[in-house]
Amino acid sequence: MNLILFLSNCIIPVIILYVVGLGLSMKLDIFDIFLEGVKDGLKTVSGILPTLIGLLTAVGVLRAAHVFDYVGQALGPIIEKLAMAPEVLSLIFIKLFSSTAATGLMLDIFTEYGVDSWNGWLSALVLSCTESCIYTMSVYYMSQKITKTRWTLAGALTAAVVGVIVSILLTGMLY
Amino acid sequence: MNKIWGWMLIIGITVGLITGKSAEVSTALVESAKSGVNHAIGMAGVVAMWSGIMRLAEAEGLLDILTRKMEGLIHFLFPHIPKGHPAEKYISLNFAANVLGLGWAATPAGLSAMEALEQLEEERRVKRHPLAAEIGTASREMCTFLVINVSSLQLIPMTIIAYRSQFGAAVPTGIVLPGILATAASTAAGIIFVKIMGRRP
Repeated sequence: MNLILFLSNCIIPVIILYVVGLGLSMKLDIFDIFLEGVKDGLKTVSGILPTLIGLLTAVGVLRAAHVFDYVGQALGPIIEKLAMAPEVLSLIFIKLFSSTAATGLMLDIFTEYGVDSWNGWLSALVLSCTESCIYTMSVYYMSQKITKTRWTLAGALTAAVVGVIVSILLTGMLY
Repeated sequence: MNKIWGWMLIIGITVGLITGKSAEVSTALVESAKSGVNHAIGMAGVVAMWSGIMRLAEAEGLLDILTRKMEGLIHFLFPHIPKGHPAEKYISLNFAANVLGLGWAATPAGLSAMEALEQLEEERRVKRHPLAAEIGTASREMCTFLVINVSSLQLIPMTIIAYRSQFGAAVPTGIVLPGILATAASTAAGIIFVKIMGRRP
């Protein structure tokens, strides 16, 4: 397992070493090409800035009103049989909107229930098999001014639900 | 997108008002707008850096090699993208970066992929192709791309391992194998979903 971690930590430096080394050996104008890309990247970020402001405002309001906590509590009785903490349910919902907020909540769950508890395992698994789909959809679609997203959300939620169910099953087997 | 954003705000503000948290909601409105800018500034450097590396890899022909390696998968997921269309290249890079857990590298590739897919749609509209989506509507390929993208492709959840070790987990890396299984399941569900929806007119 430590080997896996070591290799994972090497990915970024090795990719950059390879790309730069190859460019030099091909006698390309590497610095100039790199800077052109950086310029485009900055344009990209400034292009999605309005979307980020709009989205984070909406997520901020939902969090300030504790909507995610209420969702967790409201569905509490249903999940009681699973020994799942309401916070984990809130976590699943919050992850759809923001990875940063979800990570914060996962750390709260680690503190409250313990990192190796059933709830701790489940939170870590749920976060590793889902993505913040509302965030990604907003940034990607709004970059092309697309507002009608057809079946994207349905598909994203299907994948997330399956991920969560499998996580619950796996946590049950591991714990 | 209009509905999603609108309802997020309406639900948040309504719940906040009913439960007497109007002060917190007001603060959140001001503070989150600020955090949107901070978030963008925080990501600007790393996204721009990867965008530069992506351009370099493109000039060296590395992206074409990657695309050729992933051709089978891309063609399976996106049967209607013409061979050699630039969208293939950026989708391949986005998927590869996501699998490796390089989220920041995936962003510029993903946005370039969306741009290329929108150009493909524009070409289809000009040719009055039967599959063409209207302006402002997501094409079949865009839906597929987004669903697979958000089904989570990352193999090794590095940040989660780091946090688990920080909180004193017995085996911090114990999450790797179940994580891969859960991720495989969610991605498989995403693929089945897009294959079913892709068949519909």
